[in-house]
Amino acid sequence: MELNILTLCYLIGSVTFIVGLKMLSNPATARKGNLIAAGGMVIAILGTIFLYEEDGQKLGNYGWIFGGIAIGTLIGFLAAKKVKMTAMPEMVSLFNGMGGACAALISIVEYDHMMAHPPFAEGFSFFPPMDTFFQDPAIPYGKVIIILLGLIIGSVSFAGSIIAWGKLNGKVKDFSFKGQHIFNIVMMLAILGLATYLTINIQGSSHVLFYIIFALSLLYGVFFVFPIGGADMPVVISLLNSFTGVAAACGGFLYDNKVMLTGGILVGAAGTLLTILMCKAMNRSLLNVLIGSFGAGAAKAAGGDGKQQGSYKEISLSDTAVVMSYASKVMIVPGYGLAVAQAQHACHELEKLLEAKGVDVKYAIHPVAGRMPGHMNVLLAEADVPYEKLLEMEQANEEFATTDVVLVLGANDVVNPAAKTDPSSPIYGMPILDVELAKNCIVNKRSMKPGYAGIENDLFFQPKTSMLFGDAKKVLQDLIAEIKNL
Amino acid sequence: MDSFLSWIHDNQQIIYIVILMVFVGIEVIGRVPSVLHTPLMSGANAIHGVVIIGAIIVMGKAESDNYLALILGFLAVVLGTLNVVGGFVVTDRMLEMFKKKKK
Repeated sequence: MELNILTLCYLIGSVTFIVGLKMLSNPATARKGNLIAAGGMVIAILGTIFLYEEDGQKLGNYGWIFGGIAIGTLIGFLAAKKVKMTAMPEMVSLFNGMGGACAALISIVEYDHMMAHPPFAEGFSFFPPMDTFFQDPAIPYGKVIIILLGLIIGSVSFAGSIIAWGKLNGKVKDFSFKGQHIFNIVMMLAILGLATYLTINIQGSSHVLFYIIFALSLLYGVFFVFPIGGADMPVVISLLNSFTGVAAACGGFLYDNKVMLTGGILVGAAGTLLTILMCKAMNRSLLNVLIGSFGAGAAKAAGGDGKQQGSYKEISLSDTAVVMSYASKVMIVPGYGLAVAQAQHACHELEKLLEAKGVDVKYAIHPVAGRMPGHMNVLLAEADVPYEKLLEMEQANEEFATTDVVLVLGANDVVNPAAKTDPSSPIYGMPILDVELAKNCIVNKRSMKPGYAGIENDLFFQPKTSMLFGDAKKVLQDLIAEIKNL
Repeated sequence: MDSFLSWIHDNQQIIYIVILMVFVGIEVIGRVPSVLHTPLMSGANAIHGVVIIGAIIVMGKAESDNYLALILGFLAVVLGTLNVVGGFVVTDRMLEMFKKKKK
């Protein structure tokens, strides 16, 4: 009876995950979808704690389980509540790493358990009958393979996510060395080779090899993310997200647990698709992102050429105020600089002020502006910017020709014309916002330093472009004051 | 060959689930507007926190004298909970802002 209820719990869990994910992809239902998935998760977790049975035995150690859940809930809740909107991508990466670590730990314990109670003690064909999935004597290696997969994928995901987290908040710098790709491939092959060896020789194997695989997987995760440039971090996080999904699915295999399997595979598939969508937005292949070492290569190219781009012109705040208040149509292009400066509220204020003066203000959102797709949308939504004011790239590009003033706030690579004109540029082929079509272009940046991808931007040296240096928030506040004084 | 076929036969349920879920996962988010990419990634991130169920099982069946299993299992439960709770709360926080401006 109780096991039947547990099955029902898992069924509900699986369905809520699918429905939740579906609702998450529509703005009107997204929040509800998230709550539904969370509800399903609670049902599945409580069901497991109280109803799960193995060999007719209930789970024990309730003190440990509830203690762990209490600690995790407290830390997770506080961290998620306190994190700034700008640090959201890092947070997601960190939580993702926790999931990966969880999967890897499960594998370690299960391996230890398996070696302590060898299923093959009485010959290869025997498996404990309650071990429903792997009872087939034809595949005595199945459990080992699944444990190793969970370990490898979980560890790579954990280590990679931690590096991605460090990179996004600036604690870890890009790092690569000559032949790193070959080094990574060799390491991957070594991991797979050792895992295969261990699987075949599981009888009489010690723990040493298992822990070597564990250590190598962690190291691989580190070296996998290290050379990838900051601009590609969203893609990497999304990829690691789907890795963790697959690692969770391995747990589903291990325990013949349908809700883990459904949830894991669902995220694995959806995460992979999301990763590909992101790569498409940058017009690059996933392979290119992973082995391209975008940031490092670009920095070298820029350093090697070292050509002077010409001169740029600066514009004063009061001039900017005049130009913008007497325009009939203004387009704001937000970028990471806006997020760093926490300038979204000031930005919305400027928009309202200009609207009150009869200026048509809209936002042009590049799909990969900021550090994550949709980063800008989230940020501007926080400041109550109406949904209709946010134009996607295609819409925005149609409107630039009729725009009087474009205000670029801390965006750089997404408005770099080199993506169209310079085949040698690392971002060549990436669709960009055609801000140069507008009559005027004002670029707010902190300095003339190149953007995250490390590439010079021709836009800044074009005659229509003027530069407005300073921190985005401070500049916007001063600009608002200037406009009010007009 | 025989053993492979019988493996497929014995595990057909799981294989069906995997294949169908791959397509469901792709289909379900196929038409997502780019506005929702970040919350969607975050939501998916919370969902794979379902791995915590494995952690609970590991923890729950650990013998009381097996300290490795107890400590690692406990750590796994903490980390898994972090993933679930943190993931859903962060996602909700992002989406809360979408809702507000709908008024």
